[in-house]
Amino acid sequence: MGNAPLLSLIVFLPLVGAAAILLIRGDAAVVARNARNVALWTTLITLALAIVLWVGFDPSTAAFQFVEQVPWIPAYGINYHMGVDGISVLLVVLSCFLMPICILASWSAIQTRVREYMIAFLVLETMMNGVFCALDFVVFYFFFEGMLIPMFLIIGVWGGSRSVYAAFKFFLYTLIGSVLLLLAMLAMYFQAGTTDVPTLMATEFDHGLQRWLWLAFFASFAVKVPMWPLHTWLPDAHVEAPTAGSVILAGVLLKMGGYGFLRFSLPMLPEASAYFTPFIYTLSIVAIIYTSLVALMQEDMKKLIAYSSVAHMGFVTIGIFTLTTQGIEGGIVQMLSHGIVSGALFLCVGVVYDRIHSRLIERYGGLVHRMPVYAFVFMVFMLASVGLPGTSGFVGEFLVLTGVFQVNTLVAVLATTGIILGAAYMLWLYRRVVFGELVREDLKAILDLNRREIAIFVPLVVGVLVMGVWPDPFLRVMHASVANLMAQATPVADTPILVLP
Amino acid sequence: MYAAIVFLPLIGAALAGLLGRWLGHKGAQAATCLPLIASAVLAWIALFGVVGTEEHVSVLLFTWIDSGAFEATWALRVDALTAVMLVVVTTVSALVHVYSIGYMHGDPGVPRFFAYLSLFTFSMLMLVTADNLLQLFFGWEGVGLCSYLLIGFWYKKPEANAAAIKAFLVNRVGDFGFALGIVGVFLVFGSIDLDTIFDAAPDAAGTTIRFLGAEVDTLTTLCLLLFMGAMGKSAQLGLHTWLPDAMEGPTPVSALIHAATMVTAGVFMVARLSPLFEYAPTALDVVAFVGASTAFFAATVGLVQNDIKRVIAYSTCSQLGYMFFALGVSAYGAGIFHLFTHAFFKALLFLGSGSVIHALHGEQDMRNMGGLRKVIPVTYALMWIGSLALAGVPFFAGYFSKDIILEAAFGADTSIGLYAFWLGIASAVMTAFYSWRLLFMTFHGTFRGDHHKLEHAHESPPVMLVPLFVLAAGAIAGGYLGVPMVEEPEHFWGPALLVLPGHDVLEAAHHVPLWVKILPIAAGLIGIAVAYWFYIANPAVPRALAARFGALYRFLLNKWYFDELYEAVFVRKAKALGFGLWKSGDGAVIDGLGPDGISAMTLNLAQRSKRLQSGYLYHYAFAMLIGVAALVTWYIVYGAG
Repeated sequence: MGNAPLLSLIVFLPLVGAAAILLIRGDAAVVARNARNVALWTTLITLALAIVLWVGFDPSTAAFQFVEQVPWIPAYGINYHMGVDGISVLLVVLSCFLMPICILASWSAIQTRVREYMIAFLVLETMMNGVFCALDFVVFYFFFEGMLIPMFLIIGVWGGSRSVYAAFKFFLYTLIGSVLLLLAMLAMYFQAGTTDVPTLMATEFDHGLQRWLWLAFFASFAVKVPMWPLHTWLPDAHVEAPTAGSVILAGVLLKMGGYGFLRFSLPMLPEASAYFTPFIYTLSIVAIIYTSLVALMQEDMKKLIAYSSVAHMGFVTIGIFTLTTQGIEGGIVQMLSHGIVSGALFLCVGVVYDRIHSRLIERYGGLVHRMPVYAFVFMVFMLASVGLPGTSGFVGEFLVLTGVFQVNTLVAVLATTGIILGAAYMLWLYRRVVFGELVREDLKAILDLNRREIAIFVPLVVGVLVMGVWPDPFLRVMHASVANLMAQATPVADTPILVLP
Repeated sequence: MYAAIVFLPLIGAALAGLLGRWLGHKGAQAATCLPLIASAVLAWIALFGVVGTEEHVSVLLFTWIDSGAFEATWALRVDALTAVMLVVVTTVSALVHVYSIGYMHGDPGVPRFFAYLSLFTFSMLMLVTADNLLQLFFGWEGVGLCSYLLIGFWYKKPEANAAAIKAFLVNRVGDFGFALGIVGVFLVFGSIDLDTIFDAAPDAAGTTIRFLGAEVDTLTTLCLLLFMGAMGKSAQLGLHTWLPDAMEGPTPVSALIHAATMVTAGVFMVARLSPLFEYAPTALDVVAFVGASTAFFAATVGLVQNDIKRVIAYSTCSQLGYMFFALGVSAYGAGIFHLFTHAFFKALLFLGSGSVIHALHGEQDMRNMGGLRKVIPVTYALMWIGSLALAGVPFFAGYFSKDIILEAAFGADTSIGLYAFWLGIASAVMTAFYSWRLLFMTFHGTFRGDHHKLEHAHESPPVMLVPLFVLAAGAIAGGYLGVPMVEEPEHFWGPALLVLPGHDVLEAAHHVPLWVKILPIAAGLIGIAVAYWFYIANPAVPRALAARFGALYRFLLNKWYFDELYEAVFVRKAKALGFGLWKSGDGAVIDGLGPDGISAMTLNLAQRSKRLQSGYLYHYAFAMLIGVAALVTWYIVYGAG
């Protein structure tokens, strides 16, 4: 597959950029300006490479592509093994797509420790891309855990007033998951004698062991998704994180959980996955209904969007575990769509936060009078979040529903209530912030989007609409891999259709 | 040509929406009105080309969603049913566009308004040309979005915002069923393509599927789920509450979206899916029952409303009920015929009332009107034409379509058909009554409002009156034009509508007794006579009646208390539940037992252990002694044995 190690470039180029920023000398203003520029260009080049990857990806095969393999710790058979398939390639593109947007969004919002901030983001990008490309469990674990460090720093150092509490909560949840994931990894190593992901996929684990391993994986991935009731770290983390931190958190970090289920739980532990499917459905349904209701009553814009994320990710987990083509593909599309839409919604909050320094809904109202462009952009993402046909949100949600209806009608009906509640809290949010009379004095001088902000939103709007009207470039890439996953994961061919749990 | 009909309005919308700031008001109006007029002309040409053909035309655009066995494409399907809808939508829309030039004159949001109107038209055209259920859903949601945007067009008004959200959410409840219906169709037929499911429908008749743990009839379940969507969009009983509130939007919007086109999407959908519904007789009975009940309910509420637009809104709701019970007795042709004529005379009534409101500078309460026939005589005459058509007075458009519906209901010769027939007759009396109540209260007697408004009252400019004349022509001639829809249905509709042998009620409608044919006309005349007696001859009667039957009056005035019921049962409960889950679920239980609990416990333990480290030697010595004693005891008890 080509001569250049494309995946390694995509993974480690941001790290090179970070090193370059480290070397910048001069007074604070010079350092800040150069750090911003280096970060922006690094992420843009990485994005270009990711697009090359997407275009060069061969959708006709389910095999891993752009594979790189060199021994790392030969004594234990651990290799630096990288590769992508139809499931991971788009997630790499997503994270590379959101990165330059994050850098631009932080352009003037971040004024303290700019150099360190940009380094943290570039390191974060390396870790995220590494997670999606790693094909060795140890390499995966390294990136998966390493990702938390820059994220912690971003929330803790550049975050809001209660950032320590938020970081602590995040830490407690992920810590338990990490320990169990490590234990599960060790157990698999002792069982199969390897940490190579494709080999492990082909290994049959004992059914009893599978369930323990599955629960350990679940503890780690469900926190990331986040699934109810492991979600309470998310609203706090979002509220305290700086805008770009929220974008990455919602846009990419939450996808690690879904990706983990797809890459590890389903193909490696098929029997246990089938066994625990009703459990996943139950938690997801609770998440959709419960968090939608909670979102309805939020007073803080960021919290509201954070709760809506939990509900939307509930669709993802349901879809993945239906083990139908539509369900899994819908789940992946929903992940991509949610990555763009929720990230964009956090950016929308960031725009007014930068101007007024408040996230409270009641603090706003009537913004459309002063900010028509902003109102339009916000409307597009609000509708995508609601899942209006023609936007990316619809494709994912609808495919998931199609998938789950084939397996369990009750789950389908309950999940569909989410589309009513989702519309309720989003429309109400929009109405309170954007519509109405403009009464507050300080809002009367608020400025509409500037050119930098428009440059941020244009690719996001285009992405949402293209995915909504012509999702084929996205779906086409995943067909073969999803079919392969279903072949690996379906333990019994004729699972009964339309049965209740 | 078909692509041009559908996409010209989209181009107009994009121009006015994105470039509105540079085009200015005049430019935006031209950029939307001209494409729409062109589109309307093409639609009429298409209608004459399509009627009588045996096959439908399909224009494939490109693939939309392709996932495993699931495939949905963007395609335009044109047959007689679509062609009729194309004509209705583009014609009324073009007229409303022109009318709005006058009506919205001076509003700062003109480009936005025209962009929304054209976007709506595009969505509606995508809906009626859909070749598969998903594209139908796309158009369905698109018109819902535009309706939301246009109801809330005057976004400063809190009532307008509330009404917009209500419209969207109530429609979402319907969509809930529609979406499940689509995925259900895919599960049963393996496709959502209309041709495929129509071909397979006869084989699916009588089979069962498991749904929510029960074994249920396949087609009945699917049709009822899909019909739920239709109920939301077409404001049928239970999901009707949004429509009267939607009158907060500008009046041209009420005419186009909430009278002539969007609200008839549900009727169109059921007619489009006639090959499914025909094999689900139970579902058809439900459609007829809901339709007839809505016709009656909305007419009763219309009797006592005082807002001129709300009277017409309830009238719309009621007329949609007529269309549905026509569909429910398999008289699809009659239902679409009524849709066709109704579009003209109802748009006429709405735009006419808009002309009244325009003349009185925004006054909508009929109690503050009266005697306007001398001030705005042209509008007065046009409102007469619209009302005559609505009441089904002979030789006006509504007469043809409403008569055939009632005769078909009677001719169906089923209990549900008779239920629909008698409720339909009762509603016809009420329809005529509230129409003339409106005319008399608005145009006759003496002016009861603020006299400053009367001094400035004036007839509307030609740009508003010309569209009204065109619509009036439709309200008079539309009946003759549409008669082939019910006189020779097989020829007119071709394969677009399926009526099973034995369901042929349009044929049976010709053989009903004479009194059945006369009764609808008599009902209309009685309603007019009563209105005359109440509001011209003896104006004290209504007040006396309202006082005498106070409870009934309030019950009707408050629209059978649907809003209050929903507010109490759903809105307040959901909010309370959300608040409770947030504070006690997330806050107390999950965080309390989870992270906060663990940290509190750690702190607690740390504090206790801190107390143990007292620094006194004898404390430690004591602890060691206890430890040794415990160890020895344990060893003796377990170690020895």
